[in-house]
Amino acid sequence: MQEKERGSTLAAPTASAQLRTLPGGTETRISIEGVDFYYGRFQALNDIDLKIQDKRITALIGPSGCGKSTLLRILNRMYDLVPGSRAEGRVMFEGENILTARNLLELRQNIGMVFQKPSLFPMSIRDNVGFALRLHGWKKSRVAEAVERSLKDANLWEEVKDRLDAPGVSLSGGQQQRLSIARCLAVQPKVILMDEPASALDPISTLKIEDLMARLVNDYTIVIVTHNMQQASRVADYTAFMLMNPENRAGELVEFAPTVELFQRPRDRRTEDYITGRFG
Amino acid sequence: MSRNNRRLLADGIARAIVYAMALLALVPLSLVLLYTVANGLPALTHLDFFIHVERPVGIPGAGVAHAIVGTAVMVGLASLMSIPVGIIGGVNLVEYGRARVASWIRLAADVLVGTPSIAIGLFVYALLVAPFKHFSGFAGSVALAVLMLPVVIRATEAAVALVPGGLREAGLALGLARWRVALQLVLPAAAPGVLTGAMLAVARAAGETAPLLFTGFGNRFFTTNPAQPMSALPLIVYHDALTPYPSLVEQAWGAALMLILLTLVVNLASRYALRRQIALAGKL
Ligand SMILES: Nc1ncnc2c1ncn2[C@@H]1O[C@H](COP(=O)(O)OP(=O)(O)OP(=O)(O)O)[C@@H](O)[C@H]1O
Ligand SMILES: [Mg+2]
Repeated sequence: MQEKERGSTLAAPTASAQLRTLPGGTETRISIEGVDFYYGRFQALNDIDLKIQDKRITALIGPSGCGKSTLLRILNRMYDLVPGSRAEGRVMFEGENILTARNLLELRQNIGMVFQKPSLFPMSIRDNVGFALRLHGWKKSRVAEAVERSLKDANLWEEVKDRLDAPGVSLSGGQQQRLSIARCLAVQPKVILMDEPASALDPISTLKIEDLMARLVNDYTIVIVTHNMQQASRVADYTAFMLMNPENRAGELVEFAPTVELFQRPRDRRTEDYITGRFG
Repeated sequence: MSRNNRRLLADGIARAIVYAMALLALVPLSLVLLYTVANGLPALTHLDFFIHVERPVGIPGAGVAHAIVGTAVMVGLASLMSIPVGIIGGVNLVEYGRARVASWIRLAADVLVGTPSIAIGLFVYALLVAPFKHFSGFAGSVALAVLMLPVVIRATEAAVALVPGGLREAGLALGLARWRVALQLVLPAAAPGVLTGAMLAVARAAGETAPLLFTGFGNRFFTTNPAQPMSALPLIVYHDALTPYPSLVEQAWGAALMLILLTLVVNLASRYALRRQIALAGKL
């Protein structure tokens, strides 16, 4: 599917996405400043500078292995799970450097994450959404409200409201992914990171996720990794193109611009090659 | 003969050998089973066997109620001691596998699994019997707990390792603490496998004689008090099987049959639980 999309003319971004990228409309939510990242001795990212805009969708695109997921996982410190990994530089969020943040639990509540696989909990639909809230000590009635609100916000409520006690894994793939988004929304993050959230889904489910993102961006800041350039051009306000440096295999940021600009008037030759499909 | 026919013939021979080997492996198992059932079933048909205690030889109506209760109490206490600790230890091995503590636990579990159970009995004797000059069911249960611990640890480790990493990441990404993810998310997802391990440990402990010889020791009288010496089903087999009295020998067979049936039931149940574990892990 991806092969076919390359080289074809890319869909024009929606009017709203263009409006959202007008200068002066927003402020920086996360500021990535000179970040290097290492898996042991291997440098996976080199000197990344990127400003994630508030209440906007930022897409990270680039060939496989260029470090998109790595960059995303820096933002909520998920890389802490990989022994021997280490980040340098600064990632400023709410006046604090994420890289040296002490309270990871609070950080991850503020910066939620949706994965390629829904990875639902082995529980009912209701409990999948409410589990974290219960562990955070919320009262039952508040949890119930939050479950309903999150499922509505994730465009899933109508489909599941009569079967909240059915296991989460009994849903279809697309529904499962929206349930995992509802689960993420329930803890009321400010930023949502999405790592290829639709790459395992059929086209219709994919569109539903994209619609959902367009709605969520009114209230949340979204960073999405995608392999699908059409998807980036459809949903993202800003797009960052990353590439692996052929010499040391470290990922670098080649170009970052409003999506319309990046796709229609790329400044870097390598960006142009990639979006027109002349590049691996 | 064409090449195809030759291949078919070779296949047939190989198959015959495999089946013959499989049947051969079944021989000892079925012999043990048949022989024990044949000799033990008469004892199990008397209600006395289950509700009375030993009587002097020649007086009818003797039973092994004291041993059944002794096994239940000692194995129960041993389970209370070893299963929670073993589960936490097993979770620790997977979730914090690189920490120093984990490598100690793994080493200890491996050594314990290989340690002869009579040595464990001797160790507990030195620790809990000799200083007090008094055998006790409690000492017996400690010996059984030591025996069960590595089984529970390793089974938990295997079950928890089956849980896909995505589940952990999803939990951590919600801002849940690591220990909560381990105990409240990963462990429940591994529950059927953990249960299997616990059941196998219980069956193993219930059938062990050696650790009890110098600890629980045995008791001709009925007691539920773990401070007293206690009898157990394997001790009945051990003490009674070689006596010249047919009634005692019959009792020994009965006790042996009970132990075999227990193991059988536990194994069937644990297979079922393990299948559920694999199905569950596949869905996550
Ligand atoms: N846990 C890890 N340990 C060591 N190296 C890793 C690890 N994860 C990723 N890498 C390496 O870091 C580099 C960047 O990987 P990353 O997963 O961020 O790429 P990506 O752009 O997300 O690729 P894809 O599009 O295939 O998902 C790759 O060279 C990869 O091999
Ligand atoms: Mg990736």
